[in-house]
This record gives sequence, C-alpha cells and structure tokens, in this order.
Amino acid sequence: MAEILYFTEIQGLKVYDLKGRRIGRVEDAALVPLIDPARVDRFLVGGGWAWLTVRWDQVRSISLDGLYLKDEVLTPYHEDEYLLRIGRDLLDQQIIDVNGRKVVRVNDVTFELNQVRGQDVLRVLEVDIGIRSIFRRILQGWVPRKWIRRLQAPIAPNSIRWEFCNIVEPDPQRRLRLNISHQSLEKLHPADLADIVEELGPDEREAIFEAIDSEVAAEALSEIEPKMQASILESLDAGKAADIVEEMAPDEAADVLAELGEETSEEILQEMDTEPKTEVRELLEYEEDTAGGMMNTEYVAVDESATAADAMAALKGNQELLESLNTVFLIDRDGRLTGAVPIGRLFVADAATPLKQLAAGTLIKAAAEEKQDRVTELFDKYNLLTLPVVDEEGKLAGVITADDIISVLRNK
Amino acid sequence: MTRQTGHDLSVERPRKPRHAGVRLIWYRIAVLTAILGPGFITANVDNDPGGILTYSQAGAKYGYALLWTLVPTTIALIVVQEMASRMAVATGKGLSDLIREEFGLRLTFFTMIVLALADLGNIFAEFAGIASGMSIFGVSKYIAVPIGAALVWYVIVKGSYKPVERILILFSMIYFAYPVSAFFAKPDWRAALVKTFVPEFRSDAAYITMMVGLIGTTITPWMQFYLQASMVEKGVSKRDYHLARWDVILGCIVTDVIAFFIVVACAATLFRSGHGEINDAAEAAVALRPFAGQFASLLFGIGLVNASVLSAAILPLATAYNVCEGMGFESGVDKRFSEAKVFYLLYTFLIVLGSGAVLIPNVPLLKVILLSQVANGVLIPFVLIYMLILINRQHLMGEMRNRLWQNIVAWTTAVVMIVLTVMMLWTSLAG
Repeated sequence: MAEILYFTEIQGLKVYDLKGRRIGRVEDAALVPLIDPARVDRFLVGGGWAWLTVRWDQVRSISLDGLYLKDEVLTPYHEDEYLLRIGRDLLDQQIIDVNGRKVVRVNDVTFELNQVRGQDVLRVLEVDIGIRSIFRRILQGWVPRKWIRRLQAPIAPNSIRWEFCNIVEPDPQRRLRLNISHQSLEKLHPADLADIVEELGPDEREAIFEAIDSEVAAEALSEIEPKMQASILESLDAGKAADIVEEMAPDEAADVLAELGEETSEEILQEMDTEPKTEVRELLEYEEDTAGGMMNTEYVAVDESATAADAMAALKGNQELLESLNTVFLIDRDGRLTGAVPIGRLFVADAATPLKQLAAGTLIKAAAEEKQDRVTELFDKYNLLTLPVVDEEGKLAGVITADDIISVLRNK
Repeated sequence: MTRQTGHDLSVERPRKPRHAGVRLIWYRIAVLTAILGPGFITANVDNDPGGILTYSQAGAKYGYALLWTLVPTTIALIVVQEMASRMAVATGKGLSDLIREEFGLRLTFFTMIVLALADLGNIFAEFAGIASGMSIFGVSKYIAVPIGAALVWYVIVKGSYKPVERILILFSMIYFAYPVSAFFAKPDWRAALVKTFVPEFRSDAAYITMMVGLIGTTITPWMQFYLQASMVEKGVSKRDYHLARWDVILGCIVTDVIAFFIVVACAATLFRSGHGEINDAAEAAVALRPFAGQFASLLFGIGLVNASVLSAAILPLATAYNVCEGMGFESGVDKRFSEAKVFYLLYTFLIVLGSGAVLIPNVPLLKVILLSQVANGVLIPFVLIYMLILINRQHLMGEMRNRLWQNIVAWTTAVVMIVLTVMMLWTSLAG
C-alpha cells in the first residue's frame, strides 16, 4: 500500500542535496493541472535569498525525515500562472465538495507517496476537512511530525477525494490555465447547486454562472432567493444573463427582471430572443403581488368545441410543458376561458368525446388584478393544482400553479 | 417564486412600481428600507446590560462631566463599523472567513478561542441583566433566567429566522424608553449640552477608568464580526453601499444618543442627590423611582430586560456562526443537527453555560462581567489590526479599499483604542 503524507508534514520539510547538505526547507508544493491533475509537479524551496523550484523528477525520496534530491540544477521560483499552489491557492480556501453537495474549507491535503522508476512521486489523494486536520494544522511546526501522527490517531478522519473537489476560481483566464471546469457542477440537482452557490462569495458565484451551461444556470437560478438572483444577473454580462433568463419559465424570468434595476433589466431584455421576450414583457405589465404577477404563460388551451382526441394532439404538440401540466383549458373563438379539463379525464374518455362534457363542474378562475392573498385562499378552498387567470375581457392570460403558491407561503 | 423580497429586516418592502414617474423615489425608499437593519440592530445590541451599567455609573458618579467622551466614541464607532460593512460589501465574506483565508488556520483558531471566551463572558452579562431587570418586577432569577435562556434557544433554533428578525427590530424600538426615562428625571439640559461638547480632563485614576470603560463598552470585538456577517447575509450590492453606509452611521449615532440619555437621566437624579456609586443596573432603576415616579423606574426595568434579551439572543448565535465559519464547520439554523453538530453544540453550550453561571448562588456578577471586558480588551486591538490589514489589501477590496485619509482616521482610532485598552487592562488588573 502506498504511503500517506500530509501537506502540513511536507511544509517545512528539510531539503538535502546530493551530498546530504541541507539547502533549505519546503515552503509550498504545486500542481500543474494542465499536465496532471493530481501529481505534485514542483516543490518550492526557501532558503537564502529567493525560493527555488524543485521539479518532481529531481526528487529522489521524500519522507518525514526530509526531501532528498537527485538533481541539483534548480531554477529560481517565479510567479507562474499555470501553477496551482497548495499552500497559497488551496489551503484555508473554500472549495465545492461535488459528491457531498456542499461548500467546505480546506484544512490540509493528503498525498499518496508512490515509487515510480526508483524515485518518490506524490499525488494528491484527498482534501482534509474536520477536526483531525485542524489538529494537525495547529500543532504543525510546534510538535514533531511523528508525534502529531500518533496523537491524531484517535480522531476520526474527514476527507474528500480529490476527484470530487471543485475549485472555484473567479478569474476566467486563470480557470483555463488551471484546467478548472465546472462540468461536474452541471450534473448536480439545480436545487443543490443553488444551495452551494448561495454559500459562496459574490465573485465565485458569478464565476460559476458564467461558466456553466445556460439551461442548468437557469434552473439553479430559479431556486435562489430573489435578491441574490438579481445580484447574480447584474454581475453577468447582458448576453449571458439573457441566455439564462430565456431558459427560465416566463413567470420566473419576469420575477427576476422585476427585481433588477430598470436599466439592467431593459438591457437583458434587448439581448433576448423575440418569443420569450414578448411573453416576459407581457408578464412584467402586471403588479407583482396580483394574480397577473404570479402567473406564467405555460398552459395548453384548445377550442371549446374540440374533442378528447384534439386535446391529446395539443398535448403532443406541447411536450416541453408536460412535466408540470395537469389541466387543459377550453376557450371560445375570442380567447375567453370557458372550461377546464383535468388531464386525467382525457385518458379514460373516448377519442370522440367533446371536451365540454369532460370539463369540471364549476370553473374556478381569478382576475389578473386579484390580490395575492385572495389567490392563495382560492387554492386552499378549492384544493387547486392550477388556477387560470383571465384579463378584463375574460380572456385566458395565464395560469398559477401550486408551486407558485408554496413559494409565496414560504416567503411570508 | 414570486416577486417578494426574502429577508427584509424592517417593514414590508414596497413593491417596485413599473410605471414611470415616481419610480425613482419609490425605488430609493425601497432600497433604503431593505438595507436599513444590520447597522441599526448591531448598534442597538451594543447597549447591553454592561453598557447600561457603565453609562449609569458614569452619570451617577460624575454627573454630566463624562458626556464629552460620547462624541469621539461615536466617531470611532462609525469609523470601525463602516470598515466592517465595507468589507462585507466588497468581499461578500464575513470577518472570520477573511481572517481564515488571509491569515491561516492557526491564527484563526486562537482568535476564535479568545472571541468565544470573551463572548461567553458577555453572554453571562446579558443573562445577569435579565436577572437584575426582572428583579425590579419581583421575579426571582431562578425563574427568569432559565425561562429567558430556554426562550432564546427555542426561538432561534426552532422558530424561523425571519419573524425572529422582525421581533428583534421591534424590540430595539423599546430603547426609546431611555430618553423617556431621562425626560421624567427633569435634568439640567443646558449643563448637559455644554459638557457634551466641552471636554473635561481630570487626572484621578477612577475618572480615567470610567472614561476608558465608556469607550470599551461601546466598541467591542464581537460587534465587528456580527455586523460584517449581517451585511453579507443582507447581500447589499456595491452599488447600494452608500445607502448601507447611512444605516451604519445612523445606528452608531442612535446608540450614543441613547447612551447620552442614560447618562443624563442618572446625572439628574443619582448624581444630583449625592447617591454616587451604583452596584448594578437594577439599582440604578430603583434609585430613579423617588425622583421620576413609578413610571421611570418601570421603563428603566423594561428597557434593561429588553436590552438583555436582545443581546442574549444575538450573541450566542453570532459567536457560534463566527467560530464555525472561521474553522470551516457547517453552520446555520436552517441546517439539521446532524449536519451542523459543532454549530448547535457550541450555540447551546454558550447559552447553558452563560445562563447557568448566573444561577450559581453568591456568584460575583460584577467580577465576571469585568473579566469579560478584559477578554474583550485583549481582543479588540487584534481585531482592529486584522481589519486594517484586510481593508488595505487590493485583491480583496479593489476600488473599495481604504483611501489615505480613511487610513489615517482608522489607524488613529486603532492606536487610541489600543492605548486605552492597555490603560483599562492595567487599571482593572491593578485595581
């Protein structure tokens, strides 16, 4: 089995040249992620005037007793954008534990020590969080390394495997140079991603939304609290913000844009495609705490003279809505709402049955200017899943769904 | 998701009308009410039982003579609090997060230990305040303190956060009981005003100790952590920062205006009648009774209990948050116990220990409160220096880092605070 070394043990380790003379101490270790995501590529050695760089293939052996070189031709260290420095860039910083779906702070890093062609090579194995690594950090340099190992034994380790760690780097240039991708975040549930993003600082937040796919970003953004949504969109450039807003449900998009300043929201609307833009603009016309402000335009409506077969055809034509759809609405020639058919009834009815026969007994609807509280009451009283909203002329304008009501109640 | 704002501290934020005309004014008001809060609450929590005790003492012993210290104290308070809120807005991170990221784990660890100890002392003082406040109403501390502790614990852990915030802001309105109380005491307003703006130096040790105590009780380490965290929580944007700054400045001024009225009330009564030294805040309330009638005493009692409960609710929570954030443990009342064990244990432990200590028979209340002030005193220079280093770092603050004049004012404040703290430690340990 491979041996384990901690970063706290490597830091301050004495470095010896070929003749066994001490030339300095290890100050930091660095990866070059573009070449290898886990191998320690350089050791930065302090001593004398400047730091020196020890390449991984110049190392003969590493142990708690010291780092022994097999090649003494060392170059001075200078700032290198392609280096991920463990001590500077990783230690004490926040990273995302993709597997555990949370933001954690790095206390220490565990390396795996392997023999490759007669020399010692270190690879990052895990990032340490929890009490055991805190203990190591506090005693580091004050208590001999071997004692710390013995003393920490009773404390349970708490670590995250390196492949599940996602570093958040606000600078896009550096993100490329360090080969950091946020693709693993795209696989998270949007609600989990939203929780993670809420815990990060504004720059990191922006970085993530800039980097991930617009569709994922839209879903995650919907789950974030309104004020933070606004500040995220404001920080992005209008084009990217528009891409994200387009992917959102029109009612949610309107909500977010309403939170933004006039100028910013107009800028984003400009960048949007025509179709979603018109829908969102229409929704923006309504006051936010009325039925009109709560509704969305994702519904299916057919002519009142249609049959069950026509309704099924309409559903097939609107497949993207099916996930949350439970009612088909009936409208007359002028677009006025005349009935509502629960989807379930379509499945047990003959294809030729007129929809009018399938419509629910009483038609519950709300006027667009109806107050939010009143709408909530309707949902409670009639046990609704969907409530149609009509304008002054009785035309179907949109629908409010139960999930909108839950958000309202949660925010009270 | 509807168009409702998430965490307004104060009133319902007026919705943003989308029709031109009064839009801009409405928007301004909306932003201001949304932002008004953290600075205001923090500043008010600052007038805790320890503060009330100190202000009362100053008024009772020296009359109006020490009122002038409130002016420089207010300025220093504004300078320090403004830096904390600016850091919050620029970095979006709490002070303990920044200390951890910029100064490393070991320094954070020791800072957090001292912070937790100092806060534990303060929490003890808050519960002692509940005990003495309720004694005015004839309620035994063995009843008042456990109930108070249980209530605080339950509301924060089991209640939802938003109504709690509303309750807190409502609570802090009762601070206006102090000006009312002062008004009933019929003070010499002319003398009070003159002494506020004309400094009076005396060389006797007791006077200096009192002066240092006044400043030390107003500018505390935990406040900086708390304010910065609440500003982050509030999510104030850089664009709206100029409004948040007014929240902070207003909060600081209100704190010291209330302090002013406490001093005046005590000066007009206890000092005038030659009562002199008072031994706890409740005594100050009782002593007001013959001069301003039943009403003033009642208000003083209510104010004291309110101040204590408010601080007792915030301090343990703020401490647990800061320590856990600095050390990288999960924190937050929205987490389950199994997710944030350290957080909940620390929070509970602080309340149990802080309130439990008050219940020990014959516990030397004043000595323990004094010890907590010593811990505060040890910590404040470090906190100020951390803040000054952080706020000058380009990569954190960017355009919002301190300008030269801000650095001059802030460093002067820090140096004065450090000198005063050393003086206070020296006098209190020697005494």
